[in-house]
Amino acid sequence: MLGVIRRKIGAGGSSLLTSGWSFQSRPAVSAWRSYSSAAKEMTVRDALNSALDEEMSADPKVFLMGEEVGEYQGAYKISKGLLEKYGPERVLDTPITEAGFTGIGVGAAYYGLRPVVEFMTFNFSMQAIDHIINSAAKSNYMSAGQISVPIVFRGPNGAAAGVGAQHSHCFAAWFASCPGLKVLAPYSSEDARGLLKAAIRDPDPVVFLENELLYGESFPVSAESLDSSFCLPIGKAKIEREGKDVTITAFSKMVGYALKAAEILTKEGISAEVINLRSIRPLDRSTINASVRKTNRLVTVEEGFPQHGVGAEICTSIVEESFGYLDAPVERIAGADVPMPYAANLERLAVPQVEDIVRAAKRACYRSVPLAAVA
Amino acid sequence: MALAHLASSSSRSNLLKPIFAALSSTPSLRCPISSAAADNTKTLTIETSVPFTAHQCEAPSSLVDTTPEELLTFFRDMATMRRMEIAADSLYKARLIRGFCHLYDGQEAAAVGMEAAITKKDSIITAYRDHCTYLARGGTLLEIFSELMGRQGGGSRGKGGSMHFYKKEAGFYGGHGIVGAQVPLGIGLAFAQKYSKDGTVAFVLYGDGAANQGQLFEALNIAALWDLPAILVCENNHYGMGTAEWRAAKSPAYYKRGDYVPGLKVDGMDVLAVKQACKFAKEHALKNGPIILEMDTYRYHGHSMSDPGSTYRTRDEISGVRQERDPVERVRKLVLSHDLATEKELKDTEKEIRKKVDEAIAQAKESPMPDPSELFTNVYVKGFGIEACGPDRKEVRAVLP
Repeated sequence: MLGVIRRKIGAGGSSLLTSGWSFQSRPAVSAWRSYSSAAKEMTVRDALNSALDEEMSADPKVFLMGEEVGEYQGAYKISKGLLEKYGPERVLDTPITEAGFTGIGVGAAYYGLRPVVEFMTFNFSMQAIDHIINSAAKSNYMSAGQISVPIVFRGPNGAAAGVGAQHSHCFAAWFASCPGLKVLAPYSSEDARGLLKAAIRDPDPVVFLENELLYGESFPVSAESLDSSFCLPIGKAKIEREGKDVTITAFSKMVGYALKAAEILTKEGISAEVINLRSIRPLDRSTINASVRKTNRLVTVEEGFPQHGVGAEICTSIVEESFGYLDAPVERIAGADVPMPYAANLERLAVPQVEDIVRAAKRACYRSVPLAAVA
Repeated sequence: MALAHLASSSSRSNLLKPIFAALSSTPSLRCPISSAAADNTKTLTIETSVPFTAHQCEAPSSLVDTTPEELLTFFRDMATMRRMEIAADSLYKARLIRGFCHLYDGQEAAAVGMEAAITKKDSIITAYRDHCTYLARGGTLLEIFSELMGRQGGGSRGKGGSMHFYKKEAGFYGGHGIVGAQVPLGIGLAFAQKYSKDGTVAFVLYGDGAANQGQLFEALNIAALWDLPAILVCENNHYGMGTAEWRAAKSPAYYKRGDYVPGLKVDGMDVLAVKQACKFAKEHALKNGPIILEMDTYRYHGHSMSDPGSTYRTRDEISGVRQERDPVERVRKLVLSHDLATEKELKDTEKEIRKKVDEAIAQAKESPMPDPSELFTNVYVKGFGIEACGPDRKEVRAVLP
C-alpha cells in the first residue's frame, strides 16, 4: 500500500529497498556508515515544522494562515506547536474561504509582510487560483517592480490514498506554466527544510508542493541541514543517484519510486541516474540536459496527468537542446488519463508504480519485455 | 453657519496667484498656498444637501467643516480629473490608447473627498477605473498619459496600462483588472497595517457590479472577525457594465449588505459629504473594525471606451445627472456663493488646467516606448539567472536577473 515507509538504521543489509535517502555516488551499502554526518533522522513533517519555526523566529514579518493551522495544530500537524509559540497574531486560523483568505494573504504581501498561506490540499487552491496567478504572480511585472509579493503558498499536492477524484489532483504543471511564480516540490526531509526556508526568504511568490504520504517518512539529515541558516538553492535539481545508462527524472514521492526502480535495474545491468527535480519552475534544464548527454536516454516520471505535464516540458527541453544525444525516444511515465478512482485496485492502476518506471527504462535501453507479458 | 468674507478683491486674486505659480513648478496636485490672505484657512461650515443614511451605526453630522483653500483645491483637483479623462477619451479614439480604458468623469468627488480625509500612509486599492485615484495619490499627468500610451515614462513603465497604476510609496496599491479581487487584497492591506501597528487604515474601493462577489463577503467576514481597519467603499454608479443594479442585486442597498458590519450611504457627488464620511469611517475602523461606505455616484462615460453607455440608460438620465448633481459644478457654485473666487478666476483656473493637460499629452506623445529588453524585466524580483524565451526560443532568449 502507499503507506508510510520507515527506514531501518543499521540494517547494513545489501538490499536498499527503503525509499529514497540521499544517495550520493556510493553504490556500496557499507559506505554509508562512514557518513558521519548522516547520523540524525527526521520526518518530512518535522522538517517542515522546524523550517516554519526557524523562519518565523528569524523574521517577525513571517506569519502563517490557513484552515486549522492554529488550534488544531495543522490538519496534517505540520504547524504543531506554532500557535503556542508565536501566538494568534502570527498563526491564524481562517474560515473555509480560500478565495477570501488567499486574497488577504496576497494583500498583506503587497504591504510588505511575508505570509505563508496553507491550503489544506492544493485541490482547494483552485478556489483561490485567481489570486495566486493574477494578484500574486503578475503583480511585480505589471507594476514594473513596485509591488513585489513575497508570499509562499504551501500544502499537500497530488494523490494521497483512497481520497478520490476531487482530492487527488496534481497541480505542478498548472502552476509551473505561469511566469512570475516559482514552484518547488521537495522529496526528502533535507529538501523540505532547505526549500521551504528558501521559499519563505524568497521575494517572489512561491508555490510549495508537499506530499501527504511523505509527511511521515523519515530521512537522514546532515548536521549542516539542521542549522537555522540552511537553505537550498531554488532552480537546482539534485542527482540522487548517479548512473550512466539512462536518466530518470522525478519529483516528490516519485523520487522514491525512481530510486527503487534504479535498484531493480541495477540487477539487470542497467545503471540509472535519478534526478530529483526539486524545482519545477524554474526547471533545472542544464542539469537534466547534461545528464541526458551522458546517458543518451530519458524517462520522465510524475504522478500528475500526462497531457501538458512536467514530463512533456522536460522532453521538449531535451529535443530542443540535446536532440543529437538521444539514442532512444523519451519515455514518459505519468498518472493515468482518468479522474482518480476510489477502489484500491483501480487506484493502483491510476498512479505510476515502480514496475512502470522499470519497464520504461528498459524500453529506453531497448531491453523491454513484450507487451503481453505485463502483469 | 459661519461664512467667510474676504477683505478685498485684491486678496482674492492673491489667493489664486500662488496656486498658478505652484502648478507650473511642482508636479503634484496639492501646493501650499502662501498666507497672502489669512482667510484661506478660516473655517467654513457647510451643510450637505443629502443627509447620510446609517446602518448599524450613528451617522456623522451633515455639517462639514472646510476652508476656502480646501474648496478651491477641490475645484482645481476635480476639474483636472475631468479634463484628464475627457482628454483620454480623445486619445483612445485617436488610437493612442489601446485595449481597455475605463473613465471616471462624474465620479471625481469620491476620489477627491477621500483624499482630503486621509494621509498618504493610509492605503487605497481600487479596480480598473483608477486614473483619478492615481492622480489623487500623487501621480502626475505625465506619468498617467505616458502609461496610457504605453511609454516608458509611465507609472508602470508602460508595462501595466490603464488598469494597472500603482504608487506604493503613496499608499496606492493599484489598479486591478479582475472584478472583486481587489477587495480581499485590500482587506489584506488592512491586516498588514494592523499587524505592523501602523495606526492607519485601508480604503478598499469596488463598484456595484463587484458588490455581489463571493470573495468580498469571505474577506469581509474575516475583517469583522479579526477587527481589521478596513473601509469598504462601494462606488455605486448604478451600472455594472451594462447591467443596472436592480437587475444584478436582490438588495441594492449596498451599505447594508455587510449585515453585522456597519454602513453609511453617502451622496458620492458631493465632495464635502465624501470627506465627512471618510473621516468618520477612518475613526470608526481604527476603533471598531470594518465599515462600508456606499457612494451614490454616476459615470458619464460608458463602462469603458468600447461601451457608448447609452444602450442601457437614457440620454436624459445622463444629462439630468450632469445638470443636477455634477460634482465640479457644485463646488463651483459653493465657491461663487461664498465669494471665494470670481467666475473669471475659476474659468482661468480651468484654462490653466487644460493647458497643463495638453502639455502633458504632448510630452507623453513624444516620449519613447519601452526598450525591447523590458519584455523580460520584473518577471521576478530575484531571477537567479534563469533563462526566459521569446516566441521563438532559438531566436530570443534572455537571462532574468
